[in-house]
Amino acid sequence: MKFGEFGGQFVPEVLIPPLKELEKAYETLKEDEEFKKELDYYLKVYAGRPTPLYFARNLTEHVGGAKIYLKREDLLHSGAHKINNTIGQALLAKYMGKSRLIAETGAGQHGVATAIAGALFGLKTEVYMGSEDVERQKPNVFRMKLLGASVIPVESGSRTLKDAINEALRDWVATFEYTHYLIGSVVGPHPYPTIVRDFQSVIGRETKVQIMELEERLPDCIVACVGGGSNAMGIFYPFARDSNVRLVGVEAAGKGLETGKHSASLCAGKKGVLHGMLSYFLQDEDGQIATTHSVAAGLDYPGVGPEHAWMKETGRAEYVAVDDSEALEAFSLLSRLEGIIPALESAHAIAYAVKLAREMSRDEIIVVNLSGRGDKDLEIVMNLLG
Amino acid sequence: MSFKDAHASVYPETPWLVTFVTAGDPSPELTLKFMLALEKHSDIIELGIPFSDPMADGPTIQKANVRALKAGTKVKDVFEIVRNFREYSSKPVILMTYYNIVYARGVENFLREAKDCGATGAIVVDLPVEESEEYLRACEKTGMDTVFLAAPNTPDDRLRVIDEVSSAFVYLVSLYGTTGAREELPETAFKAIARAKSVCRKPVCVGFGVSKKEHVKALIDAGADGVVVGSAIVRLIEEFGEGAAEKIEEFVSELRKGLEKS
Ligand SMILES: Cc1ncc(COP(=O)(O)O)c(C=O)c1O
Repeated sequence: MKFGEFGGQFVPEVLIPPLKELEKAYETLKEDEEFKKELDYYLKVYAGRPTPLYFARNLTEHVGGAKIYLKREDLLHSGAHKINNTIGQALLAKYMGKSRLIAETGAGQHGVATAIAGALFGLKTEVYMGSEDVERQKPNVFRMKLLGASVIPVESGSRTLKDAINEALRDWVATFEYTHYLIGSVVGPHPYPTIVRDFQSVIGRETKVQIMELEERLPDCIVACVGGGSNAMGIFYPFARDSNVRLVGVEAAGKGLETGKHSASLCAGKKGVLHGMLSYFLQDEDGQIATTHSVAAGLDYPGVGPEHAWMKETGRAEYVAVDDSEALEAFSLLSRLEGIIPALESAHAIAYAVKLAREMSRDEIIVVNLSGRGDKDLEIVMNLLG
Repeated sequence: MSFKDAHASVYPETPWLVTFVTAGDPSPELTLKFMLALEKHSDIIELGIPFSDPMADGPTIQKANVRALKAGTKVKDVFEIVRNFREYSSKPVILMTYYNIVYARGVENFLREAKDCGATGAIVVDLPVEESEEYLRACEKTGMDTVFLAAPNTPDDRLRVIDEVSSAFVYLVSLYGTTGAREELPETAFKAIARAKSVCRKPVCVGFGVSKKEHVKALIDAGADGVVVGSAIVRLIEEFGEGAAEKIEEFVSELRKGLEKS
């Protein structure tokens, strides 16, 4: 299944059978009452769903424009939306009879969420992490180990997230019989972008019910940050057919799009093929994948999920970019005004929502997906803001 | 002209020794030298176009990719290497790379440039048959030969399709894993050869893990039409750098002895 021309299964032949097995298992299980019940149960009593939709009164008054609501994924166990997907996929792995999980991680957020799900379901968990990131994200490395996972430093290529994905794929080629590769965003070969979207769509489904209760209408605009694109797709997808709801994805402009030090693949990349999918990638004229930068490690990826590429192409969603300093400003602003310290990734969405709200009228509504909390970022911000 | 006749005009008789190096490792000039060293005892040369994210490759070839890119190797330099090689040799040269390198240039453009510089065909590691419609059309149009991968877990019906679309040969991956020299050949290789040979009409060449004469011999005896050796050669480049040409020639001539039918 593709999203227009995007997506697909650009993988070595050996991975075709395991991907088919995964697709078949998922198609069956997603209709399975027992599986659905168990998933709902863990999302509710373990992860902490549903998450509140909070009217940010102080921020709204400060900006003086549209009403700003925050979807509080930061309140989930583990501190970010990533756990919606890891619980779903770990359960899928368990139903498929796999005994081991592997995952890639950049900042360590998805690694931690996978380690949590592995502990919960008794699955051996190994997380690939670029050695550069292992150095930068020590607390999360320790968290993963505490949770019983092992962290495997990746020394190849640029030693960051994209290389961790390569290494996880290399592992999977040799171990798929007993291992599930738990991808952390709406990326990778089919069926991963669909599976991760479905598990994250709980965000948008809840939002829809909640905003109808609170405002008796749909929002005018939804804003979310885009790394690989899972929190954004999770909140966008249930609104995809509500054409009056504007969908805005916010990428990381890093030190500025003109500097080349950013990770805005939809805003500044070209079509290409990596990690099993046709999508947008930051790359040079030969097709060599670029190294990227963002103050938010979770956005620091040279590609983006294929369904976003398609939403961009069809015009259903629009994609913009916010730079490091704007994100840091929003980080402080939300902390001060609302008593909520956002993840640096989510701060990108806040920053753009503030810009938008200012230009909108007071009876309009914006929902921002607050994908995670900022505890993990305190050290980085401390060093930057001093 | 039948497939066999067309084939015979470009490729020698089987069994083949197919040998691999990464272009630009450690520099484009040396790659030409290494190819000429390979050429003396090989039937087909596989030339890797370096890629930033070689996900099907093990550490040895990953490092070769890094060295080549560090040396500033561009795709046009790889084409230039083939053009230079053609001054000395008419042996088939198959380019091996990942789809983004092909896609970034425009699929047909890439293949035309490759053909014009004297390349015989291409292997695109992460391009399975389902995704290859445009690629196949462009190969046909430009006259580039195709080689698709098969694996030990490829079911018969897929093997049949892979055989159908591969004009030069079928590249049978011997094991569940990445490229890299191994001490022992896995049992999967022999089972896979038997099955592939019962299904495929095109020559079947086996690669991944092959590192010595004994391996070559065992695979040929098991029915393979050819054997591909990569990492074991690249390892010599890693170890001996500029001085690797002699070592390569010596090693490949030794491997070649494994081709002699017993
Ligand atoms: C809090 C948070 N938000 C967003 C992201 C970006 O990922 P995605 O675009 O898949 O939501 C991450 C990734 O680690 C994250 O930790």
